[in-house]
Amino acid sequence: MSTGSSDGAQRGPAQREGPGVRAAATEKPHIPAPPSGPVGWERGFSIGMLHDMLRVRRMEEKCAELYGQQKIRGFLHLYIGQEAVAAGAMRALAPDDELVATYREHGHALLRGVGMRAIMAEMYGKREGCSRGRGGSMHLFDKTRHFYGGQGIVGAGIPLAVGLALASKMQRSTRLGACFFGEGAVAEGAFHESLNLAALWQLPLLFFCENNLYAMGTALKRSESQPDLCRKVGAYAIPALSVDGMDVVAVYEAVTAAAARVRGGSGPIFLELRTYRFRAHSMFDAELYRAKNEVDAWKLRGPIHTFSARLKQQGDLDEQAFQELDAKAQAEVADAVAFAEAGTLEPVQDLLRDLLTAPGDA
Amino acid sequence: MGRTISYRQALQEALREAMLADSRVFLMGEDVGCYGGTYAVSKGLLEEFGADRVRDTPLSELGFVGAGIGAALGGMRPIVEIMTVNFSLLALDQIVNTAALLRHMSGGQFSVPLVIRMATGAGRQLAAQHSHSFEGWYAHIPGLRVLAPATVADARRMLAPALADPDPVLFFEHAQLYNMEAELPDDDGDPQGSVDICSAEVRRVGTDLSLITYGGSLPKALQAARELGAEGIAAEVIDLRVLRPLDDATVMASVRKCRRALVVDEGWRSVGIAAEIMARIVEQAFFELDAPPARVCSQEVPVPYARHLEEAALPQPADIVAAARALFGKAT
Repeated sequence: MSTGSSDGAQRGPAQREGPGVRAAATEKPHIPAPPSGPVGWERGFSIGMLHDMLRVRRMEEKCAELYGQQKIRGFLHLYIGQEAVAAGAMRALAPDDELVATYREHGHALLRGVGMRAIMAEMYGKREGCSRGRGGSMHLFDKTRHFYGGQGIVGAGIPLAVGLALASKMQRSTRLGACFFGEGAVAEGAFHESLNLAALWQLPLLFFCENNLYAMGTALKRSESQPDLCRKVGAYAIPALSVDGMDVVAVYEAVTAAAARVRGGSGPIFLELRTYRFRAHSMFDAELYRAKNEVDAWKLRGPIHTFSARLKQQGDLDEQAFQELDAKAQAEVADAVAFAEAGTLEPVQDLLRDLLTAPGDA
Repeated sequence: MGRTISYRQALQEALREAMLADSRVFLMGEDVGCYGGTYAVSKGLLEEFGADRVRDTPLSELGFVGAGIGAALGGMRPIVEIMTVNFSLLALDQIVNTAALLRHMSGGQFSVPLVIRMATGAGRQLAAQHSHSFEGWYAHIPGLRVLAPATVADARRMLAPALADPDPVLFFEHAQLYNMEAELPDDDGDPQGSVDICSAEVRRVGTDLSLITYGGSLPKALQAARELGAEGIAAEVIDLRVLRPLDDATVMASVRKCRRALVVDEGWRSVGIAAEIMARIVEQAFFELDAPPARVCSQEVPVPYARHLEEAALPQPADIVAAARALFGKAT
């Protein structure tokens, strides 16, 4: 992995905040300059954030490799390129906040505290997996981490998060609901019904729309009459903010501020995290819908190398420290793979267990 | 001495009792509050419990059923009311792809203690988009429990065990039953008097024919049984009560005794509940039958508006009597 800076690229316009300017429709979409500038965090916190992103990246690179070896089967949707969103958001949320994610959730699960061993074992379909091998890549769950999946139907997790936030409000709890979904979900009815309910009932809920520009192969502008998502959400009287999702600093700061507002009783807030998926939608995707030079241009904005460069520039990181951090992440991946390999298969006679709740097991 | 109340009143009392007993219980749905419930089941509850616990929703079946699932996961005990089973199709994704699957898909981590009530069935000239019976669709889904209270006593008593169930329960109220009245014993408010939600019930004892039915067809089957009795055919009437999981033992005990079986189902004939019951009878009691099992179902058309056509589309007592006679080789 390169850790080199890409500061040579031109600065783009200032980050758009809230309902605002709609980008001019051109053949070549504008890609902002890579995240840059000083990081105003304590060094240990910055290094922790970098390590978080590296853990996700290295774990998923290994997943892709294991998929090629047919150790992992089914659908595998990689998060590579989008790590800054989960990393920044998870550190800004409280441990008992209620989280719902999508089928591209490896990073969210890991950074929420689901063990890498349990995630890898789940990918292997082993009993030691975080869903006992019943879920696989798309359905990672962990009750102890308030992590409600791993939802495979686009948009379907959003009403769940509404209900979790409703429960919190009715119980006069301080915990938030937090729902991650892609921009493709914005076309679903569940999204619109949920935004209306959340705003109507002023629920403590954070909507995280990870806009990676493509719903599988359908570009946003080919599927939305109003591709400015913050303007769309404005119709529900929900505050909406657009954030550079490739910049872990911007994500963390935006989520921290939004979470504080929601916890203070503001009602729901919508965050659009503008990001990009470097890999294919799933392992079956030939990527006919986007140009290679577009992917390459976005890679210049990669969340890990740009953040590393910023830390190096201010003396918080050197190449040796980076390599050590990376080695640590890779060692954790190797350990998780060994754990998954050594895992056991659920006996077939237990096939029907956990369909309904056993007495005393609620 | 008991007291006489309606099916509607029984449901209302059960809701009220549940909300008094457990602060986690709340009711949510279209027009459950200010309007008093489409079928007036929740009338008065808003005034007693407030808008937080008797929560009017927008017309967003998918959204508020999903919110009910989420609230259940978050520690509440929601009762979600859907105006009719026809509208529940708008929420099918949340019921089938989320509520029913979550426990198994998460390796046993997340139970969904949610009750979804809805009206079902025809007979009020509401035409095709408000009259169908999709109980069988839901009874097809592993992970759900499907209840069909058909008596005033069951309307009064089945809600409490449904709420106590840690898994999603669908609760079907046949629209033709809301005005039905019956006398209940004085102890009907006693929690010890609650019923189970796993068994079928013998509503009329007989020796010659098992009439197996549920929901809005129970009164029709009982009427047919009385007419058959006058002809010397002693029909036993089984009320399934629970459509998933089915109580095979009660059905088979009756069929083995009577040796003839007729299933009455307001759902359509093809691939429905009646078909499932008959298949189980054939699998489990084939050699004890004196005649092939038979069924009376709705005609396979959308339920029409005109009264005479609607009546012709639905199972009627006369149809049940005729089908029963045929099982004895009698002219219909």
